[in-house]
Amino acid sequence: MSQHETYLLDRCDLENSHTLEVYSEHSAKNRAADCQSGYPTLERILRTKQDVKAVVEEIKDSGLRGRGGAGFPSGLKMSFMPDPSKDPRPRFLAVNADESEPGTCKDRVLLREDPHGLLEGILIACYAMSAGTAYIYVRGEYRLEYQRVKDALAEARAAGLVGKNILGSGFDCEVWMHQGAGAYICGEETGLMESLEGKRGHPRPKPPFPAGSGLWGNPTTVNNVETLFNLPFILDRGATWYRGMGTDKSPGNILVGISGHVAKPGVYEVPLGIPARTIIEDIAGGVWKNRKMLAWFPGGSSTGLLPANTIDTAMDHDSIKAAGSMLGTGAMIVLDETTSIVHISRVLARFYDHESCGQCSQCREGTQWLHQILSRMDDGRGRLEDIELLSSLASGMAPGKTICALADAAAIPTHALIKNFRTALEAAASQVDGAKAAAVPSTVTEPAKSVEASA
Amino acid sequence: MALPQALIAEFDELCTHYPERQAALIPALHRCQEELGGWISPETMEDCAAYFELEPVEVYGVVSFYPMFRLTPPGKHVVSVCHNISCTLRGSEEILRRVCEFTSAPVHGTSPDGKFTVEVVECQGACANAPMFDLDGTYHEDLEPADVDRILGGVGA
Ligand SMILES: Cc1cc2nc3c(=O)[nH]c(=O)nc-3n(C[C@H](O)[C@H](O)[C@H](O)COP(=O)(O)O)c2cc1C
Ligand code: SF4
Ligand code: FES
Repeated sequence: MSQHETYLLDRCDLENSHTLEVYSEHSAKNRAADCQSGYPTLERILRTKQDVKAVVEEIKDSGLRGRGGAGFPSGLKMSFMPDPSKDPRPRFLAVNADESEPGTCKDRVLLREDPHGLLEGILIACYAMSAGTAYIYVRGEYRLEYQRVKDALAEARAAGLVGKNILGSGFDCEVWMHQGAGAYICGEETGLMESLEGKRGHPRPKPPFPAGSGLWGNPTTVNNVETLFNLPFILDRGATWYRGMGTDKSPGNILVGISGHVAKPGVYEVPLGIPARTIIEDIAGGVWKNRKMLAWFPGGSSTGLLPANTIDTAMDHDSIKAAGSMLGTGAMIVLDETTSIVHISRVLARFYDHESCGQCSQCREGTQWLHQILSRMDDGRGRLEDIELLSSLASGMAPGKTICALADAAAIPTHALIKNFRTALEAAASQVDGAKAAAVPSTVTEPAKSVEASA
Repeated sequence: MALPQALIAEFDELCTHYPERQAALIPALHRCQEELGGWISPETMEDCAAYFELEPVEVYGVVSFYPMFRLTPPGKHVVSVCHNISCTLRGSEEILRRVCEFTSAPVHGTSPDGKFTVEVVECQGACANAPMFDLDGTYHEDLEPADVDRILGGVGA
């Protein structure tokens, strides 16, 4: 087992970790001696009237990068919000708890086991951006998680940590819960904002960017749950401490949800830059059933599939990119030697087809075609030309040809698939008609409400 | 049919969370689905449209966009089996087959006795505990095929 400093999951194993009482006892290392509120880092910031710019600087110095998939520097993103003295509009934080990238299951742990850590992070972010209102957009299926955060919010409100004049400091911040209703595209930041406004989750063209015109046309920042969860630690222990973990360009620890064919799937906390092999073999117990590994996704279904011989790659943004994929959400998915690459690709193509919002023709049509071609290859009705067809379709969809990155998420991994697994695709494409027994009932592949979803 | 007064009171409260009322529409629709038979009927859409000062077709546009909202009434219990990647890798296709067998319901259909509706859903964020299904709003994870009969067999009438 790799030995490293942890902080993200430290409270999660405590009994009643989701309550303010337990949080209050175990939150800050550098606790102000007379902390009374339960949120010591926020309390210290408010009591010392720490300069807003200094808070943002600390976050910038820490090098924290967003944990929602794109890895954008978080401090820099905060500084995109307009200067409140020049722009009097109301300002919002939207907390992205939509977590629907296949393979990703880490925010759920924080929402359920440590909601106060998230709330303290939200309040610090709102303070740093002078935002008066935060919405926590939780995917509709997370009922228990929603309830846990809602209960935590009620505790925080009762303790004077949310609402008007927080801890008598003059800082006002409202936090509200909001429920999604099961659409992957509402995790995309502008789709999320449309959905929060009560509409279909159709992403908006950028620019304007959310910092200039987001929720109801006002300055807005969208952040992932785990990103915000890092903030109290950074503000409590400092940027230098933070940079002691991870790599120079990807500092800190991340939560890796590892799933698929490993002996011990789970959500683990590791420093960025740890070799993927250490996670797969030492932490997750290696490939299950004494089988060999065939391939892995480093960070969710939208990151290119890599062959097993790349598992010595370090888990940080730059190294994974150099290996031909992306760190994404750090959701590792391991495939053993018995896996049909074509079948798995079909499952993902079906997903993107189902989830495309339909605004852009390249995405709406492209995801359907990818799905249909991979389905016929999987059913033993493929042709060798299908591989070039997949490639040319993917090139027509991405990068940057559509309103949002869902098309990229479907198309870019297709290139990695062809590059790394051409032999498997060729074998499937050259099967004799109907050679593969229909292992899956045909009804299984029909997505629900696909007509409405893409209408 | 008008919306029950208790729901209207909840909607009024929800609307105070947002600068514009329409933002409360999706949370309100969730409450309608929970309280009014597990689906959003055309009447409910009309009532919500009236409440939110929208056209009924705008409400339909929202309801039809989101997979969690149902446009037809489900059976008494709803089993939603995840069929995305991590679940597929750990045997969700077998789980789905067992669920359909046990309930006699087809995928996206209801059993002849009206007891179960079976759905397939995309990734539910429980990938490290795959395979999984959601039964009436509660996750059941780390499933083995034998768990299906036990869990569904334990569901009351
Ligand atoms: C199709 C699509 C789906 C996304 N889903 C999520 C999601 O479920 N959760 C999330 O935090 N970010 C998601 N993102 C990324 C967000 O757009 C955004 O980059 C992120 O929430 C920003 O937060 P961060 O800077 O803290 O990472 C998605 C992006 C795309 C293109
Ligand atoms: S890329 Fe796809 S999901 Fe994104 S806006 Fe266009 S059609 Fe919708
Ligand atoms: S793939 Fe089934 S829960 Fe994520």
